[in-house]
Amino acid sequence: MPVTVTGGQRCWQRRDRAAQLRIWLVWLVGTALFMAAWSFISAQTIWMFVWDSPAQAYDLASRMVNPRWDYFERILWPLWDTINIATLGTLLGVIIAIPIAFLAAHNTTPSRALIRPLALLIIVSSRSINSLIWALLLVLIMGPGILAGIIAIALRSIGFIGKLLYEAIEEVSNEPVEAIEATGASRMQVLSYGIWPQVLPTVAGISVYRWDINIREATVLGLVGAGGIGIQLQASINNLAWNQVTVIFLAILATVFVSEWISARVRHALI
Amino acid sequence: MTLLEVRGSPPPRQWRKQPFIVNPWVRWGLYLGALVYLVLAIGSLEFNWARIIAGMDRGAAFIAGFLKPDFTSRWQDIYEGFLESLTMTVVATVIGVLLSIPVALGAARNLAPLPVYLVCRGIIAVSRAFQEIIIAIVFVAMFGFGPLAGVATLAFSSIGFLAKLLAEDIEDIDRQQVEAIQATGASWLQILNYAIQPQVAARFIGLSLYRLDINFRESAVIGIVGAGGIGATLNTAIARYEYDSAAAVLLCIIAVVLLVEYSSGFLRRRLL
Repeated sequence: MPVTVTGGQRCWQRRDRAAQLRIWLVWLVGTALFMAAWSFISAQTIWMFVWDSPAQAYDLASRMVNPRWDYFERILWPLWDTINIATLGTLLGVIIAIPIAFLAAHNTTPSRALIRPLALLIIVSSRSINSLIWALLLVLIMGPGILAGIIAIALRSIGFIGKLLYEAIEEVSNEPVEAIEATGASRMQVLSYGIWPQVLPTVAGISVYRWDINIREATVLGLVGAGGIGIQLQASINNLAWNQVTVIFLAILATVFVSEWISARVRHALI
Repeated sequence: MTLLEVRGSPPPRQWRKQPFIVNPWVRWGLYLGALVYLVLAIGSLEFNWARIIAGMDRGAAFIAGFLKPDFTSRWQDIYEGFLESLTMTVVATVIGVLLSIPVALGAARNLAPLPVYLVCRGIIAVSRAFQEIIIAIVFVAMFGFGPLAGVATLAFSSIGFLAKLLAEDIEDIDRQQVEAIQATGASWLQILNYAIQPQVAARFIGLSLYRLDINFRESAVIGIVGAGGIGATLNTAIARYEYDSAAAVLLCIIAVVLLVEYSSGFLRRRLL
C-alpha cells in the first residue's frame, strides 16, 4: 500500500507514484487527441451557418408544429411497405444466416481450416456495412424499389443473426449431443435432435430482436430509393414541407414503439 | 418364443419431437397468421423485372470493381473522408459521454426526484427512438452540411444509449456503500464521488468504448445525408459510377470497422 512519510507522519495515498503518473498520462493523451480532433472539425465547419442555427432551429420548429394531418392517409401504404421490407428482409436474413452460423460454429463446422474462416468472413463483412450502404449499392444495381430494400435488410441481418447464433451454437450443452451420438445417429441427426432444439429459442429471440432493429432501419432506406416511408420523407424534405415531415416522424415513432413492445413481449415469453 | 410374438400386445408407440410451441391452437394460429401475412405482403410487392434484369450488367461491373478495387486514383478523397470520420467519432463520443453522465444521474430513480427523472427519461426515449439518419437530417438542416452536423448527431444518439445503460447500472448499485458514506456526513456530491462512481465507473468506461465503436460505424453512413465523413466519399464515388473506387472505400470501411471493433474489445477486456 503506498504510504508516504511527511514530517514524521505516515500518510495513506490511494495510488503509488507510477500508477498516478500513468493515469495522468492517459488523461493528457486523451485530452490532446480530443483537442486535435476538435480543431480539425472546427476547421471544416462554416461557423457562420452554425451561429445562424438557433434562428434555423426556430424556423424549422415553427414549420413543424401545426402538422398536416390529412397527409397521414398518403403514408399508410408506404408504412405497410416499410413493415414488409423489415419483415421479409428479416425472414430472408434468418433463412440464410442459419446455415452460415452452423458452418461458422467450431463444434458443427464441417471444416475448421477452410469453411469456418469463409463463413466468418461472410458474417464480418455483412456486419461491417450498414443496411443503408447495402441499399445504396442495390438501388444502383436493381433500380429503386422495395426489392432492393428487402435484400439490403437481409444482407445486413445475416451478419448480426449469424454472429449471435454461432456463439449460441458453440455454447450448447454437450450432454444431449453425446446422448444422440451414442444411439448411432448420423451427423445430420445429431444436428437436428441434439443441437437444433437447444438453439431454437435463441434463433426465435434473435430474429425478433433483429426484426425490431430492422423496422427502424427500414424507415430510412427510402432516402436512397429503396422503398418504404423514407421516400415520402425525402420528398417532403426536398419540398421543405416540414409540416408533412412532422406527420412522418410521428408515424415512425409510433411504429418503432409498437415494434419494440412486440419484440420485448415475444422475447420475454421465450425466456 | 420371444416376447414380441405375444398376441394382443399393444402396437409399438412412435416417439415424436416435441413441438416448439406446445399449445396446438396457438401454434396453428401463428402458422395460419404468418401464411396470410406472407401472401398479402408478397402480393403487394411490385417488381420491375425489366429494370432488375437491365441492372444485372451494372451488378457485374460492381463485382468486377470489388475484385479489382482502385485505391490510388481517389486516395486523397478516401484519406480525407476517413480522417473526418475518425475525428467525428472521437469528438462525438467525448461530448456524448460528458453529457450522458448528468442525464444518467437524473434518470436513476434512486438518486433523482420524480420530475427530474421524467425529464431525463424523456430525453433518453427521444434520443433512442430516432434513427441516426433522421437526427442527421435535422442537424444538417440546422448546422449546414459538414462534419459538425455529424458530430451533433452522433453525440445526441450516444447520450440516449449511454445514459440509459448507466442509469440502469446506478439503479442496481449496492445500497450499503451509499449508507456507509452517508453515515460519515458526506454531501450529495461526495456520495456520488465515493459511493456511486467507484461502483459504476469500470462498466461505464467499457460502454463508452463500445459506443466509440458504434459511432464509427454510424459515421460511415450519415455522410449520405450530408453530415460529412467517409459516407460522403462513398456516396460521391457511387454517384460518379466509379465502382472500383467505391469498392476501395467499402473495403477500407470493413478494415477500419474491424480494427476499431477489436481494439475497443481488447481495451474493454483489459480494463474490466
